[in-house]
Amino acid sequence: MNVHPYLLVSGILFTIGLIGVVTRRNVIMILLSLEILLNAANLAFVAFSRVHGNLTGQLMVFFVMIVAAAEITVGLAIAVVLVRLANKTEADQLRSLKW
Amino acid sequence: MNYPFFFYGFSALMIASALGVVLARNPVYAVLSLVSTLFALSGLFVLLQAYFVAVMQIIIYAGAVLVLFLFVVMLLDTAPETLFRVKGGTLRVVGALFGLVFLSQLVAAARAFLVSPWAAAAPARMPGTTEAIGKLLFTTYALPFEVASILLLVGVIGAVVLAKKRVP
Repeated sequence: MNVHPYLLVSGILFTIGLIGVVTRRNVIMILLSLEILLNAANLAFVAFSRVHGNLTGQLMVFFVMIVAAAEITVGLAIAVVLVRLANKTEADQLRSLKW
Repeated sequence: MNYPFFFYGFSALMIASALGVVLARNPVYAVLSLVSTLFALSGLFVLLQAYFVAVMQIIIYAGAVLVLFLFVVMLLDTAPETLFRVKGGTLRVVGALFGLVFLSQLVAAARAFLVSPWAAAAPARMPGTTEAIGKLLFTTYALPFEVASILLLVGVIGAVVLAKKRVP
């Protein structure tokens, strides 16, 4: 079973996520595109776990998912507070650290 | 079991949905496209015989994280955004740069198709069943497992502290 197609698909997905992080202006949508990046890395991990024949890659995916869930929780809380305080949702308008 | 059909089908669905996430103007459509992406990715995990990871993906990612995203998007009531700025100079340069990165990845992977030391991967010496991963999680990787639970606790406390409204 060839594993190169999975790596290719993972690379394409990563590129799409990267374009999303750079292009999007809403902070919530930037966090969403970040999720695509993480999932592309997960796919690469599982593909390599299949190559080596052990489960280390899949355990890494397990922990990546846990960390991503915690990060999204805190990131969305920050985004909600930010939008609520500043009344702006776009990343270019949120320019100052303190207002 | 027509394996290439499933691989191409799930990959096409996943890439189309990921493009939908990046290009959608309505934020709710973007989140729903991401749900579709994660389901297709879970299908790819099953093809790689990582069954536990595939189910975890659906339960945790598509089931909890994206529902949280949807709640926040609906709470903030974000309007559909315009995709590109009026002056698109920087964006086009950066977009072209990333297109070059993508092209280099494609070329490298396509060249590796010809001479591939990974072509003869062992046929499922260790399928990723729940039992196998559970054995590893509770023996070799017990410490990261406990640390991950503390990390989740810290995340939950942080989110509650951050988003709580100050009592005047």
